Amino acid sequence: MFPELNNLLNITPDRAEQGKLTLLCGAKTDGSFLVHHFLSFYLKANCKVCFVALIQSFSHYNIVGQKLGVSLTAARERGQLVFLEGLKSSVDVFFRAQAEPHPLQFLREADAGNLQPLYEFVREALKPVDDGQAAWRCPVLLVDDLSVLLSLGLGAVAVLDFIHYCRVAVCWERKGNIVALVHDSGDGEDEENDILLNGLSHQSHLILRAEGLATGFCRDVHGQLRILWRTPSQPTAQRDGSLTYQYKIQDKSVSFFAKGMSPAVL
Amino acid sequence: MAAVATCGTGVGSTGSMVAATSKNNVTSFQRKGPRASGTDSGCSRLVSIAGTRPSVRNGQLLVSTGLPALDQLLGGGLAVGTVLLIEEDKYNIYSSLLFKYFLAEGIINGHTLLVASAKEDPADILQELPAPLLDDNYKKDFDEDVCNHQTPDSNIKMKIAWRYQLLPKIEQSGPVSSSRFGHYYDASKRMPQELIEASKWHGFFFPEKLSSTLNIEPCSLTHGYRKLLQFIQKVIYEEGFDGSNPQKKQKNILRIGIQNLGSTLWGDDICCTENCDNSHSLTKFLYVLRGLLRTSLSACIITMPTHLIQNKAIIARVTNLSDTVVGLESFIGSERETNPLYKDYHGLIHIRQIPRLNNLIYDVSDVKDLAFKLKRKLFTIEWVQDNYLRQERNIYPPGFSYLLKQKDSAWGEGSLQHSTFLMSFLAKATAFASRLVRHSEPLKQTGSGRILQAAGPRLWHDGRRQAAPGLLAVPP
Repeated sequence: MFPELNNLLNITPDRAEQGKLTLLCGAKTDGSFLVHHFLSFYLKANCKVCFVALIQSFSHYNIVGQKLGVSLTAARERGQLVFLEGLKSSVDVFFRAQAEPHPLQFLREADAGNLQPLYEFVREALKPVDDGQAAWRCPVLLVDDLSVLLSLGLGAVAVLDFIHYCRVAVCWERKGNIVALVHDSGDGEDEENDILLNGLSHQSHLILRAEGLATGFCRDVHGQLRILWRTPSQPTAQRDGSLTYQYKIQDKSVSFFAKGMSPAVL
Repeated sequence: MAAVATCGTGVGSTGSMVAATSKNNVTSFQRKGPRASGTDSGCSRLVSIAGTRPSVRNGQLLVSTGLPALDQLLGGGLAVGTVLLIEEDKYNIYSSLLFKYFLAEGIINGHTLLVASAKEDPADILQELPAPLLDDNYKKDFDEDVCNHQTPDSNIKMKIAWRYQLLPKIEQSGPVSSSRFGHYYDASKRMPQELIEASKWHGFFFPEKLSSTLNIEPCSLTHGYRKLLQFIQKVIYEEGFDGSNPQKKQKNILRIGIQNLGSTLWGDDICCTENCDNSHSLTKFLYVLRGLLRTSLSACIITMPTHLIQNKAIIARVTNLSDTVVGLESFIGSERETNPLYKDYHGLIHIRQIPRLNNLIYDVSDVKDLAFKLKRKLFTIEWVQDNYLRQERNIYPPGFSYLLKQKDSAWGEGSLQHSTFLMSFLAKATAFASRLVRHSEPLKQTGSGRILQAAGPRLWHDGRRQAAPGLLAVPP
């Protein structure tokens, strides 16, 4: 977790909010550093995390997590982390017929499937275990990322349905959180992705949008982060707060600063 | 565990001149470089594999793409377990050349190859691979068109012990062993037949596999992609590249090359229409392929005719699903061919994406305007801005201040390079320019403000205009 981002968002691992949907959006840039942040944040906050990792392998997240101070293997062993490795399981699903429905069953289907097996997997993973062990704080679902589901043959509506079901199960029933990453290609080329992004933006409580700089590549400033707080239940109640910061990604952390105040400039 | 070396001679033999006397150095059997623990295939033994080296940044195991210039731009090489996507140039000339360099590098290093194509028979592709440059004298022959006369001699001399001729005649300085990481290839000569026959390769020629249609269940992948995936998975499993086969303990890299993926020859119609029936076929294929690669010791190169794909959304999705994406743009037939700026070059090369593997950051080069040229023996990649600058200098007379935005740099944040770049541009000599640019503290410079300053209060401090960039001579 990045301490500077915690300060910006005004959250600490002790006082994590509950029942929130956070949308991470990488607009033409790589927003995966936000995923690493939230993964390590919720693991440090003693929450039970179900991580649906569709883009990279487990060792990738583990090695970056170790730089940020959490060990994914240890968390998985003590039951705090349930990890669905998309790349490895897709090979299993695709080449060998499974007995019971696999979370990624839609890979084998010819027409547009739905994500119900995946939802069942998530619900099963975040079920409260009442056997007297150390109770985790609140369940968290982390998805990296949702746009790749569109590439795998699902429609935007199916993905929105999945998030809706998960919100009911995780946010409302169990008072947990959901964090999901979506790509934004911009330019309106990918209509399905735009539908998904707009639909999720209206449902989320917090939107973190990582964009590249409008002027192009810079060595010292890697991009710009827009933070938008929303209250989806009362759309007209009050003005949504919004902040913009620029960031630079370093080896073990990300430094944030106000626009134009990069240490390389000052 | 210690690195395995079947022939125990060490890395030495610096200064051995003739290949014939270097029989003690068994290059291809010699394994160098420990394998870092950060690789994705999950194997934690310290095994050294020929033709690989660990990355400096994150310990990831890297293989060479066959072009040392491209290796440098990609941060040292191509990581094992990842996909290199080459966006083809319009006539598929240079992309097929990069494809062949990749395969030739595999043969030189002794890797196993898997060549898949729907257009040419893989055996024919292998016959057309470029010959390696065995001598370090290529640097001298760079501008001359003199053929390396020693190569055919050594070919004739050693027919049985041919692998020994891979040792360069003059040893490189440094602790690296004689089998270099990246090799240079002569595009005008063919790879010797013995090397091809001694290598291990699997070919997938799609028209041959069309006959056997054994569809178990319908799937949204097109037939060609499905067969190719099954073939790749079979090779990986049977040869033991993923470590799951108990009989086979493979300690080699599998280099997969797929040519013209996405073209109509594979049965896919994304290059024909905008609203295609199975628009998810290619992306699903890439996803499952990446899953196969991540769990095995393999690296893959794919050339794709993205300029033909009608639906731009698919290109964005394909880019997101690949690890490294390099785009080629050749000047043939375009208006740039006659542009004097580009007269030395054959095309532009765009590094569109580099993966962040096991890390938050990644190696990215500062220069973004890269052009390539193919000489007789060498495929070089250079920063094209150098030429651009030299040409443009005639248009902007000195003595005025100019607002110039260096391409692909952030406008708000200048840098030391930025300001001296402007100054050298106007001063016609970089040394002179660095004296013109006044910095508040050395080495930490912002280019903003100072350059555009019109007439601040301190500009005419003592009656003489000072710190006025853009003016070469301070007016008396």
